[in-house]
Amino acid sequence: MKLRTPLAKVRGLGSAKEGTHHWWAQRMTAIALIPLSLWFIYSLVSMTTLDYMAAIGWLQTPMTSILLILFVFALFYHAQLGMQVVIEDYVDNEALKITSIILLKFVMLFAGLAGIVAILKVFLGL
Amino acid sequence: MAAVNRPLSPHLQIYKPQLTSVLSITHRGTGVFLTLGALFLSCWLLSIANGPESYTALQQYVLAWYGQILLYAWVFSLYFHLCNGIRHLIWDMGRGLDIKATYLSGYIVMATSILLTIVTWCLVRGGV
Repeated sequence: MKLRTPLAKVRGLGSAKEGTHHWWAQRMTAIALIPLSLWFIYSLVSMTTLDYMAAIGWLQTPMTSILLILFVFALFYHAQLGMQVVIEDYVDNEALKITSIILLKFVMLFAGLAGIVAILKVFLGL
Repeated sequence: MAAVNRPLSPHLQIYKPQLTSVLSITHRGTGVFLTLGALFLSCWLLSIANGPESYTALQQYVLAWYGQILLYAWVFSLYFHLCNGIRHLIWDMGRGLDIKATYLSGYIVMATSILLTIVTWCLVRGGV
């Protein structure tokens, strides 16, 4: 005979009491990415050549650097949030799921930061 | 609780693909694909920061036919994810959730993302 009540059984199985922030951050970055990604494509398309000097000149314009840093930040933030949901939905094994999410966050943080450092290096002429 | 081997629903292998479900999984697919694009963007920026040799080395792959196919696949994915993302934001506001509106917005998303990709391709070819 089990003495556990049905209430005790369902406790902890309900709401995770978090997730609103994830949802909100995904929407915020999505809204930011609408103008930023359109600017990014337009900016690249409107360049006549894509040789090295043209790329340097492009990155050394203050407005390009500012918008590009914002773009890279929002892009990697949004991508990390989205990939996390994909992993949560399709990876059944709990240990593998947590490991993948941790690895994802590290990789995305590293790659995003690398992109921003690269922009700053060119912009500052280092 | 005893594991009861109940059938799962929907059975994807016998389920007829619908515009709504196809666009939904395409949104995910393009999202994952664009994550790879984000990683490539960082590599491209690093190649500029690294100097002319590494930039030209990477640019050779970008300008090759497979690089161009990949690039336009990313452009299309971005337009699709952006348009369908706006569709999601409208849904989040509680609008356009009935079947008719969902199908209409689905067709708009498909047409717009294809059109924007063609326009971008023309602008690159034409050289603005």
